[in-house]
Amino acid sequence: MMQLAVRPAPLLNVDNLVVEYGLGNKTVHAVSGVSLQVARGETLGLVGESGCGKSTLGRAVLQLRRAKSGRVMFDGEDLTAMEGEALRRMRRRVQLIFQDPIASLNPRRRIGDIVAEPLIIAGIKDAAERKRRVHEVLSAVGLDPDLVVGRLPHEFSGGQCQRICIARSLVLNPEFIVCDEPVSALDVSIRAQILNLLEEMKARFGLTLLFIAHDLAVVKAVSDRVAVMYLGRLCEVGPSEQLFARPAHPYTALLLQAIPLPDPDVRPAESVAAGEPPSPIAPPSGCRFRTRCPRADQRCSAEIPELREVAPGQFAACHHPLA
Amino acid sequence: MSAPLLTIEDVAVELPTPRGNLRAVDHVDLSLEAGRTLGIVGESGCGKTMLSRAVLQLLPKKAKLTGRVMFDGQDLVRLEPESLRRLRGRDLAVVFQDPMTSLNPVLTIGTQLMETIQEHLELDAPAAKARSIELLAAVGIPAPEQRLAQYPHQCSGGMRQRIAIAIALSCEPKLLIADEPTTALDVTIQAQILDLLAREQRRRHMAMIIITHDLGVVAGRADEVAVMYAGRVVERAPTQALFKRMHMPYTEALLAAIPKLETAPHTPLPAISGRPPDPTRPLKGCSFAPRCNYATGRCHEAKPVLTSAEMPGHLYACFHPIRMTEGIEA
Ligand SMILES: Nc1ncnc2c1ncn2[C@@H]1O[C@H](COP(=O)(O)OP(=O)(O)OP(=O)(O)O)[C@@H](O)[C@H]1O
Ligand SMILES: Nc1ncnc2c1ncn2[C@@H]1O[C@H](COP(=O)(O)OP(=O)(O)O)[C@@H](O)[C@H]1O
Ligand code: SF4
Ligand code: SF4
Ligand SMILES: [Mg+2]
Ligand SMILES: [Mg+2]
Repeated sequence: MMQLAVRPAPLLNVDNLVVEYGLGNKTVHAVSGVSLQVARGETLGLVGESGCGKSTLGRAVLQLRRAKSGRVMFDGEDLTAMEGEALRRMRRRVQLIFQDPIASLNPRRRIGDIVAEPLIIAGIKDAAERKRRVHEVLSAVGLDPDLVVGRLPHEFSGGQCQRICIARSLVLNPEFIVCDEPVSALDVSIRAQILNLLEEMKARFGLTLLFIAHDLAVVKAVSDRVAVMYLGRLCEVGPSEQLFARPAHPYTALLLQAIPLPDPDVRPAESVAAGEPPSPIAPPSGCRFRTRCPRADQRCSAEIPELREVAPGQFAACHHPLA
Repeated sequence: MSAPLLTIEDVAVELPTPRGNLRAVDHVDLSLEAGRTLGIVGESGCGKTMLSRAVLQLLPKKAKLTGRVMFDGQDLVRLEPESLRRLRGRDLAVVFQDPMTSLNPVLTIGTQLMETIQEHLELDAPAAKARSIELLAAVGIPAPEQRLAQYPHQCSGGMRQRIAIAIALSCEPKLLIADEPTTALDVTIQAQILDLLAREQRRRHMAMIIITHDLGVVAGRADEVAVMYAGRVVERAPTQALFKRMHMPYTEALLAAIPKLETAPHTPLPAISGRPPDPTRPLKGCSFAPRCNYATGRCHEAKPVLTSAEMPGHLYACFHPIRMTEGIEA
């Protein structure tokens, strides 16, 4: 279902978020002033090349990495201002699923304990209640609880490990999940199974998702709206169908051209994607995409483009957007 | 038509495991001519890597290999280790999914390139250095001269894969095997690396095998495609013929499972249910039968063998090949 543009109070409201890392005496400008909203029940896709700051943004939203400035409002409360017990209580409502399912499971712990861990951290002391929850979420993700709880992660394939990670993220009944490249490490057939599973879980548990990936077709399959990120900034955000049909930002267009199509009659255009992103230690002045942009001019190096509405609900940060 | 550069004849690979013998490659026949590209496609665990390792003679020690691998007139299976070592890196090169498999983290990029070049070609140090710079430039590394002094960890993932390709190309191989060369990379970098491989291949008239789980990666880039399932080649055809009319339900299912940009958000993907069968417990009938929408009783009883389709060079192993010409959701 398409979300309407009229969204009174978004569940998540990220306002001008800045996140930096120190690297020796240098600064990595990982996220440089990102603002976005996610409505309750919505899936916002976040795409961009490796190193552009997607994971950093996701982690800063969950307060796993503190922002240098900016605000993260969740259900009306400012997470960036929260500490201690208040933050811990809030963390039950938001979860994270990682890219590498195998690495994110402790190899020495049994699946039952791994999935129950968030319950223990949340202080749920009743063992029977914990067992009930663990069984419920394992069944929900398509695993047989009796067969899996006593086994170790290495006994499972990558796809099964991702199901276990999803079960673990659901066990506290969260409202919001950041999915950080949950299918990038999986092959095409398991990828399809996991994407379908995420959609099912979202409907069943009434979830709101921030879905991070670098594959645009994967993102489109599950997202109501999509945000495109480049070198720490948002380039474009808009309803999925519209954004893919009529990209306004040259970078979105470049990403679309780079997708390998399963059609032998479409010869891939040579090096549509020339060059790699510059270093986030010394990002270009003005528009950060200008060093790779075919439309770049003087103004692009002098002036930072702001997000502007180019079509209903679609915003692009570009001085010379595509028609 | 010239004689093939590579002929894989009845190759089988067995690995002993605590659960019993695991048949990773189950009697595969393939051939490839100079200057051509073969794509090998299939899910994880279906034997793609083991087949390529059989060609390279880089199988685990305990593996048992049968059949013949004829490369440039000699049978690699029966070649002396010393001759093999000389062949690998020179006529026969490989690029892996993780470039760090082929790069040494403690040596500079320059040292690694020059060592490979000098091991196989009679060049003195200045000539080897000049050639290294030339190669790095050819694979699209900016300021190649400065890169020589850097270590792999100082490069991005895409850069590392370019360098691994430069090393693989350094001795003008006749055959390059690329095992999931772009699976770990972003779409934009993936497109660049695939373009690079195609360009260098044309320029050098090199034969190439691209291994991937994504039919989209081979569609525009391979001359021929072999689809593997449970250790076997289950469909094989010139790329155009395959996409025009696939016969195997498995190939169709692999294609359908790829998310398409044209599809509306929240459309359930036609996923293939379950996983390939346990390779230590081979099935009596068609290996795909438990997951196949077209399976009948016969499919569970007997194994379909590779059969010729109408189009020359198109083979498939199925009792109930797909008959329609449209209807594939592509
Ligand atoms: N060293 C080994 N010892 C035992 N079994 C192995 C070994 N390497 C691979 N196998 C098994 O051989 C089969 C084929 O593996 P192979 O790696 O060739 O598949 P693949 O198609 O390349 O999969 P992937 O995409 O995951 O690399 C699998 O069942 C795998 O588990
Ligand atoms: N702990 C860290 N210390 C220094 N730099 C980091 C750290 N984590 C990430 N970075 C840098 O921040 C940038 C954004 O990283 P990340 O958010 O992980 O990107 P993505 O998830 O899009 O791949 C990159 O340049 C990365 O190298
Ligand atoms: S602002 Fe200029 S450089 Fe940036 S994307 Fe637009 S045209 Fe290109
Ligand atoms: S032989 Fe039967 S089970 Fe196997 S692919 Fe063909 S229809 Fe499916
Ligand atoms: Mg990341
Ligand atoms: Mg492999």
